[in-house]
Amino acid sequence: MPSFPRKWLAVLIVLAVVIPLLHPVIPGLVSNYRLFLVSTMMIAAIAVLGLNLLTGFNGQISLGHSAFYAAGAYTAAILMDKFDCPYWATLPVAAIVSFIIGYLFGLPALRLEGHYLALATFALALAVPQILKYKWLEDLTGGVQGIVLSKPEVPFGLPLTDDQWLYFYCLIVMIILYWVSANLLRSRSGRAMMAIRDYHIAADTMGIDTSLYKTVTFGISAAITGIAGALSASAVAFVAPDSFGFFLSIKFLIGLVVGGVGSLAGSVVGGIFYVLVDNAAQALSTYIKSDLGLQFDLSAYTIFGILLIVLMYLMPTGIVGGIYSAVRRLRRG
Amino acid sequence: MISTNRRGFVAGVSAAALLTGIRVAYAQKKYDDGASDTEIKIGHTNPYSGPASSYGVIGKAIQAYWASVNDRGGINGRKINFITYDDGYSPPKTVEMVRKLVEQDKVLCTFNTLGTPTNTAIHKYMNQKKVPQLYVATGASKWGDPKHFPWTMGYQPDYNTEGQIYAKHILANIKDAKIGVLMQNDDYGKDYFDGFKKGLGKDAGKIVKHATYETTDPTVDSQVIELKNSGANVFFNIAIPKFAAQAMRKAGDIGWKPKIYLNNVSAQVTSTMQPAGFDNVQGVITASYLKDPTDKQWDNDADMKEWRAWMAKYNPNGNVGDVNYIFAYSVSFLMEQTLKKCGNELTRANVMKQAANFQKQVLPGLLPGITVSTSPTDYYPIQAVQLQRFEGKTWKLFGDVMHAESS
Repeated sequence: MPSFPRKWLAVLIVLAVVIPLLHPVIPGLVSNYRLFLVSTMMIAAIAVLGLNLLTGFNGQISLGHSAFYAAGAYTAAILMDKFDCPYWATLPVAAIVSFIIGYLFGLPALRLEGHYLALATFALALAVPQILKYKWLEDLTGGVQGIVLSKPEVPFGLPLTDDQWLYFYCLIVMIILYWVSANLLRSRSGRAMMAIRDYHIAADTMGIDTSLYKTVTFGISAAITGIAGALSASAVAFVAPDSFGFFLSIKFLIGLVVGGVGSLAGSVVGGIFYVLVDNAAQALSTYIKSDLGLQFDLSAYTIFGILLIVLMYLMPTGIVGGIYSAVRRLRRG
Repeated sequence: MISTNRRGFVAGVSAAALLTGIRVAYAQKKYDDGASDTEIKIGHTNPYSGPASSYGVIGKAIQAYWASVNDRGGINGRKINFITYDDGYSPPKTVEMVRKLVEQDKVLCTFNTLGTPTNTAIHKYMNQKKVPQLYVATGASKWGDPKHFPWTMGYQPDYNTEGQIYAKHILANIKDAKIGVLMQNDDYGKDYFDGFKKGLGKDAGKIVKHATYETTDPTVDSQVIELKNSGANVFFNIAIPKFAAQAMRKAGDIGWKPKIYLNNVSAQVTSTMQPAGFDNVQGVITASYLKDPTDKQWDNDADMKEWRAWMAKYNPNGNVGDVNYIFAYSVSFLMEQTLKKCGNELTRANVMKQAANFQKQVLPGLLPGITVSTSPTDYYPIQAVQLQRFEGKTWKLFGDVMHAESS
């Protein structure tokens, strides 16, 4: 897909930096809760970015990214809880731990393609919550109860609220990771990754070390999603095994597909999409039950499903893909 | 141009500040988020779905209670706006919903949020935000800690003491007891188990098998088989209704007939004893503090009649044999009294102050002899129980009310 026009990117970044600063002026509109919500959207965008690198740009499907997210989140939680580690220092450690797990998983994954890889990653996603609840690890992971943490404190005495600082913290990390990914994809390695996705045998023949690229991409993808997990541990200030079930992997995949596979802008849109739907679902369900009086129990997944079907029908290349084709058609016409 | 704009801006902001200041000085009433002249917003989370959904009726009953309060004119002329969300007994979901209640819906306080693991997840948050976490629907002993968590208060008798009571009863009544324990693997289960071991004291060795389960497990069949094979003749069942019923039914199915002690949180005839099969639960002992609606001795009781009238009007589809409705009625009554005592000073601090200021308050639905007492150092509203035994299709109280009041 064509890359995002530079001009618009600059405008968006400026808006992203300035609008939250207006919180003291319009607290009703730019409320602490909304800032927190947008922070979770950015974390989601980072998680989907990780998945996109692996699936969208390298062609290896993964239903197990909730496992790497959980690894990052628990690494950060244990460091902050047991070792009094400052929240920003947990990110590199979470990245390394997730990278190692991703790389180690990527090794046997070399032998698997398509459906089999999907099943293997699915198994990983199912196993992780149970591992986190395992009796022998309870002292470390807190078992079913999870670990309660504190939100990041505003540094250097800046005149920001906790939620404003959290927003900027997530924004900085997101911009760095996206910039790194964009550079990676523009480089020789990026081209090699995409070549492996498009014509595996041809790439092999051309002399690209496909095994190395595939396993390292798995690692990098896991690391990025792991960083998202570590950020979420700070943002939500709580980790528990139930938050990292298999459905989280599905949400990442939905975000990826709806946003636009193989597009960095798509990952951002996808992340925003699934957080929005998650949040709106509860409100919509309550509205339908109490205001409309219908006795349907509308869960978030029903809404996800319906929206997904509609979107896939109208915009098969995702929202971003749909926008690009619409723009192209307008330019031509 | 710039100076005019800036002057205008400064003038505007000053005017706004002045006007707000005048209004604040005017008002005698004091409000925090969620309270106003016309309404009081109360937040709530409940497992309407998931493994603990038998407790979902509590949320519905509380909604019905506030509907009846509003029909009577509200509290001190203010209507109650009761906002309740489903958390599916999942701690991360509770964190999400409570954050929404506090930061988006801006409730004055939360009330009767249900579950030990779920309330544990929001414990620190509520105290950091200084929002009252009142009358939580869990008996874990940690809710009565005003020194470290001044914004959290429990309601029902604490699990630790209840466990001790069962242990003492076993030691006094069963010779050569060999005890098998089924325990939910979280703070609620551990609280009961710790109390139980404390009550056994040096006889803690009589526990021959300790099996645990997770709320995400589909059944507890394998644990029950393990317990039978250990040769236990006493069974301490620390489980929420779904699993407690499964366990007792399985025990009956495999021909294991121990003396069963059931934790109070599953003492409902409708959600536990009936699904377990009445044949399998004869003689089960539990502690109680509420009048069970299936117990015929309360049929002509004034409390019961009032409750049945309320059920008929506000919960016509509700099961009149379900003691969960009595639980909801009694705790909502306590909340109503707390808010009433606040008068026009509806600040969060005052809500906590009034909650910590009850002397032998009678609530509808509590057993005779059991009242609510709280103070700034005593955050355990109810600290008395009476044992009851399952006979036929209902509970039969026996013995005396046992008190454990602290200062």
